Amino acid sequence: MDYHKPSTFEEAVAIAAGAAGTTRFLAGGTDILVQMRSGIATPEVLIDIKGIAGTRDIVREDDGGWCIGVAVTGAELTEHAEIGHDWPGVIEAVGLIGSTQVQGRATPVGNLCNASPAADSVPALVAAGAEVTVQGPEGTRRVPVEDIPTGPGRTSLKKGEVVTALRLPPRGRGGGDAYQRFIPRTEMDIAVIGCGVSLRVSGLVITEARMALGAVAPTVEPVRGAADALVGTRLEKSALDALADLAQAACNPIDDKRGTVKFRTHLAGVYARRVARIAYERARAAQ
Amino acid sequence: MTKIHVTARINGDEVEFLCDPRETMLDVLRDRLGLIGAKEGCGTGDCGACSITLDGRLVCSCLMLGVEAEGREIGTVEGIAEGENLHPLQRKFIEHAALQCGFCTPGILVAAKNLLERNPDPSEEEVRYWLAGNLCRCTGYDKIIRAVLDAAAEMREAS
Ligand code: FES
Ligand code: FES
Repeated sequence: MDYHKPSTFEEAVAIAAGAAGTTRFLAGGTDILVQMRSGIATPEVLIDIKGIAGTRDIVREDDGGWCIGVAVTGAELTEHAEIGHDWPGVIEAVGLIGSTQVQGRATPVGNLCNASPAADSVPALVAAGAEVTVQGPEGTRRVPVEDIPTGPGRTSLKKGEVVTALRLPPRGRGGGDAYQRFIPRTEMDIAVIGCGVSLRVSGLVITEARMALGAVAPTVEPVRGAADALVGTRLEKSALDALADLAQAACNPIDDKRGTVKFRTHLAGVYARRVARIAYERARAAQ
Repeated sequence: MTKIHVTARINGDEVEFLCDPRETMLDVLRDRLGLIGAKEGCGTGDCGACSITLDGRLVCSCLMLGVEAEGREIGTVEGIAEGENLHPLQRKFIEHAALQCGFCTPGILVAAKNLLERNPDPSEEEVRYWLAGNLCRCTGYDKIIRAVLDAAAEMREAS
């Protein structure tokens, strides 16, 4: 295996585009090292992107949004003084990934590119409307996070393409988000289901709504009808009922040791209501 | 396979080693540098027995490559005592019988020391969450938690 530590993304792209054989990018390494050890992945070329300027930075952009470097760890995000004020749901989702030790290395962009349907940060990022910038041999593009995973362990990134930054939109007034997952213990487990909701309110009335579910389908599932169910409502019982129905309808889960299809589908409704309520309270408090 | 030359600081000392790019930091510590305090319980980031600090940040050395240590500051359990003088955490682990087989202990000491550097007065809940990634199959955890809280109290008094 060849190990490269480029100092620019141009260099990283050139190495990846010209590489023969399996190529992987290395940020926190908490997934790829496990895959290498178990033989699931045997990269011939490993490109460590942590030496590239800016990859460790969390920057507030001029429009009030956030640009998060691809090597920023979970611990750096949860310790950041301001970003959790804007996007508490994203940050609580990131903070649920693994142990203290894993938080010290794992990155949300790695969580996204590992493409597990149960990735904790991804439903929160989808609900938040986050995007990534992707650089490749053909140039740079911006991609909504929900378009990166295409199936368990698979992404839409093409040969030579690398994610260069994660972007959260400006939060603005009256915005609130939340993420929760169900696990049978309190720590160190993988989501049986996860749910992220982001809302905006004006007074008591919801004006924008996005929701996404984890671990109920081959990829994290944006619940596209969430806005129709919630916008114009005050999150009354009828709105929550409609949201829970949509969440359950979006489920296409598997039976496995963590939960049955029936249980996961049931939980999707429970968590849709629960998480929407938290996001609503946060949004109301942020006016 | 060509080996890569790495220079790092380990427990304050400059160390140089050659390693294969696939080798984990845990393997480098144990097999190349003779620092066998960090243990391999799982090799997959689940047990915390291999815990070290990387530039002051608690990490699993089994989830890090040796080549990634270039230019960085590593802390292992071997750096916790000052010469013959045990660290308060080490003394309290003995006093409270917070270990049986001892396999998990180096990782828990490194993790607990890192916690107390950040938070000298953690609640029991904070200690339990911080150490959730350190598995122990012997003690039932309670004595470990008591030992950490007691060491924290003693260190606060001493400072
Ligand atoms: S050996 Fe590293 S976490 Fe278990
Ligand atoms: S003392 Fe045996 S594993 Fe903890």
